[in-house]
Amino acid sequence: MSDVILEVKNLKQYFPAEKGKVVKAVDGVSFKIERGETFGLVGESGSGKSTIGRSVIRLYNPTSGEIYFNNQDISGKLTAAQETELRQKMQMIFQDPMASLNPRKKVIDIVAQGLDVHHLYSSKKEREEKVVQILEKVGLSREHLDRYPHQFSGGQRQRIGIARALILNPDLIIADEAISALDISIQAQVINMMKDIQEQLGTTYLFIAHDLAMVKHISNHIGVLHLGHLVEMGTKDDIFNNPIHPYTQSLLSAIPNPDPIKERNRIATSYDYTTSGIDYNLGTRHYVGDTHMVLATEEELCNWMDWR
Amino acid sequence: MAYTETAYTEKILEIKDLSISFQTSAGTVNAIRGVNLDLHRGETLAIVGESGSGKSVTVKSIMGITSKNEHVNHGEILYTYEENGEKVTRNLLSLPRKQIIRHYCGQRIAMVFQDPMTSLNPTMSIGKQVMEGIRKHRKMNRKDAWNEAVNLLTQVGIVNPEHVMKSYAHQLSGGMRQRVVIAIAIGCNPDILICDEPTTALDVTIQARILELIQKLQKQRNLSIIYITHDLGVVAKVANTVAIMYAGKIVEKGTSYEVFYDPKHPYTWGLLSAIPSLDSDGERLYTIPGSPANLLHEVKGDAFAPRNRYALNIDFEEEPPVFKISDTHEASTWLLHPDAPEVHPPIGLQKRIQQTLQEGLFI
Repeated sequence: MSDVILEVKNLKQYFPAEKGKVVKAVDGVSFKIERGETFGLVGESGSGKSTIGRSVIRLYNPTSGEIYFNNQDISGKLTAAQETELRQKMQMIFQDPMASLNPRKKVIDIVAQGLDVHHLYSSKKEREEKVVQILEKVGLSREHLDRYPHQFSGGQRQRIGIARALILNPDLIIADEAISALDISIQAQVINMMKDIQEQLGTTYLFIAHDLAMVKHISNHIGVLHLGHLVEMGTKDDIFNNPIHPYTQSLLSAIPNPDPIKERNRIATSYDYTTSGIDYNLGTRHYVGDTHMVLATEEELCNWMDWR
Repeated sequence: MAYTETAYTEKILEIKDLSISFQTSAGTVNAIRGVNLDLHRGETLAIVGESGSGKSVTVKSIMGITSKNEHVNHGEILYTYEENGEKVTRNLLSLPRKQIIRHYCGQRIAMVFQDPMTSLNPTMSIGKQVMEGIRKHRKMNRKDAWNEAVNLLTQVGIVNPEHVMKSYAHQLSGGMRQRVVIAIAIGCNPDILICDEPTTALDVTIQARILELIQKLQKQRNLSIIYITHDLGVVAKVANTVAIMYAGKIVEKGTSYEVFYDPKHPYTWGLLSAIPSLDSDGERLYTIPGSPANLLHEVKGDAFAPRNRYALNIDFEEEPPVFKISDTHEASTWLLHPDAPEVHPPIGLQKRIQQTLQEGLFI
């Protein structure tokens, strides 16, 4: 039986722009995430992937649409109880660990802030113990407690960010470009650690990134976003072995391969929305397989399927 | 090896035993510890390394971009060029700063930086910025410079150059901005183009376009290019020669086929294994343990030794010399010493290389 932890239905997030115009950052996106899995959101910059993350965790007020988290609607005005629950059970890891950690606070205070806010300890000792436990989980130790963020390397800082997210024992973690700012050798360490934590604690990840190879590595399901629309969604095999939407195809063909022979024979297909004749607003959701969704009109879908 | 690179013979830039340190409040940081590199005419050299490995410092010293607390301990950067039909070789490090800025920087040697938003001036129109270098170095009048600038913008693939000339940086997309930066860089017909992470701030789809543009310009103008990057995918696409840098030293250097298909240094193995390939499936990623070396402390032996799974005892004692593997391929690791035990790259990497080489034969 599937256990859906997050369901987003027809989410729209508009922002007012100058002269009464609106920017439709996210325009009618729906997806489901099952408990314990990793859902990857990919797309180019401006496609709305970060906005979705922020709307889901309610840093923004969604323009319309529904967001169900643990079977509760959290898209409207939140009650105090809902807010408390949401702020504990859903956490976020940000891209730049230097910018997201307070430079004037010690690690112990940064990581324990969630505990402080929700009054989750009875003594100072307990607070420290809880922080140490989490730090050890992310590969840091007791000696790091009294240090400041600038005393750490980039990879270690991101571990602190992850520790801060983990300390409230969340059900869902939104990782917004969590590893993009790290060196390759450190990216692999952090990804392995996130996978270990998922196995131990059953945490669900919404993994937002533009690095497709990494997204493929960590995700079970993947959604491809373009201009605020979810153009294709499916299991990672659906997306990588059987991409149907021309945007997905162009995205996949553009991934650089660490391999000179392949790389020199690779031709990146180009995709230009304005000249492609595709109108995302006309498209409807079509299921090609049980899990594989493509946004298209009937005609487009026929063309794309035939063409392959 | 079945795959060979075109041989480049004409040396244009030669970095010899370069060593640079920084005075900081915490002490002296030996950022560059003896770098030797050659660049040939028409060649693309990629310098790969993690942040803090010294790749940017190395190329910035070519351009004469130095910070106040920077000190060149020793070394030479020899640049060979043609002046009035004669070949001249100059040591860029011994020239006065003023002369470098006036005659080399931006004119013979140009640079493209990572973030086009910060390398363009937000308060100056694009046209003015493209014309600036041309007017100064090529002594053109305003009208000629305008025409030349429009011409340059067309060459870098901007469709409506006249319109863009009058725009400002914030009105352009990231890819367009980087095209403008490239137009400025090639404006004075440089011999050498240095690209410092030129596509890191861009989307993959646009990245491919920009790399193809740089390759096209290289062919047209016979440019020698130095790429600085940590993205091995980009390296595979563009580079003829690859230099892997760690803790201020070049640990492995070779043609791109040699480095990708016959890597010798354990650090190179680690880098190549740490990126998930599109074919691999959900297995654990190979990691290099620990974090990059802190150059505030004196390095004893091989700087990579503490993170090296294959480290020998001597790695902690003595710095490995450079071992030659072929005319173009060299690496500095004790594993290549005749007395060293036989060690093979990680299994995953071996498999991947074998697989591509087999597939590659049919392409």
